[in-house]
Amino acid sequence: MNTVLYANSTIMIAKVKRLFKELYQGDILYEYHGNITSDSIDNVLAFIEDKLVQLEVKPSLQKKAFSVIVESIQNLYHNSDENPVDIQTETDKFGVFVISKHDDNISISSGNFIKKEKTKILKARIDQVNSLSPDELKFLYREILNNNEFSDQGGGGLGLIDIARKTGNELKYSFRDFNDKFDFLTMVIHITLND
Amino acid sequence: MKNINKGGTAKTPEVFFDAQKGSLKIKGRSIPENSIEFYKPVMDWLDQYAKEPHTSTTLNIQLEYFNTSSSKCILDIFKKLERIHNHGTEVSISWHYEPDDEDMQEAGEDYQSLIDIPFTMVEIEV
Repeated sequence: MNTVLYANSTIMIAKVKRLFKELYQGDILYEYHGNITSDSIDNVLAFIEDKLVQLEVKPSLQKKAFSVIVESIQNLYHNSDENPVDIQTETDKFGVFVISKHDDNISISSGNFIKKEKTKILKARIDQVNSLSPDELKFLYREILNNNEFSDQGGGGLGLIDIARKTGNELKYSFRDFNDKFDFLTMVIHITLND
Repeated sequence: MKNINKGGTAKTPEVFFDAQKGSLKIKGRSIPENSIEFYKPVMDWLDQYAKEPHTSTTLNIQLEYFNTSSSKCILDIFKKLERIHNHGTEVSISWHYEPDDEDMQEAGEDYQSLIDIPFTMVEIEV
């Protein structure tokens, strides 16, 4: 009985790793996959702040990159609390977070499980954000900020808009089928280092 | 009433609120995962202060970073100050930002557009 369970969990972990291996591109500055906790957030932030200085990124872009990293990992923290029961990674908030550099970009990639019934709405929101001009994003941000609706974490849906405004780049994403109940969402955010 | 004298941490700002002087200050980083929890005592304090505010209240806010989780709490603070102003005392807000920090400048402008009390943008001298 135990042998069968072990064999199943090894297969499951391999299947999960296949879902996000393409996020590991370019010069990897930081990578993490596993339980996303307040501590894991503290770790990445402390590390990356120093790293951005070491890489001699322009101070204003350091701030921008840090801000976007905070927003995207906290987005992952708030959204990765649903796991398929069969992934057996012994975490309840499984997420993947990779920061990498290639040429003129810093890429911030994330991955998490999402219930299929949420996929359509989330895809629509990301597509909407990607379709808006800087002025339209500003207007939408102010509107949502002012609408008195708080999500549990206080953000109310502002995270993606904030990231889009700060980077000026499209949010790249894909939803991959995992099982009959779950998809796996990966997102890649680019910060351009040269003006 | 008691003042707030809270030191900053890696994720939360300093908060110094002095009721006797009407002087309010928030400075540092506001990036906690759950900002509602962090700002609750601040909101409660403002509700108490609103019952007997100083003739003139000034909030100086200088943030290096704030996450979207904090952004609504910050707006809520501004709205409570707006209500105090509407009851007849002077209230003003100064939003401080570093010279080449366009994001923080824009964030100040976002708030300025949503708030109806004197809201000054102050570029920090570095």
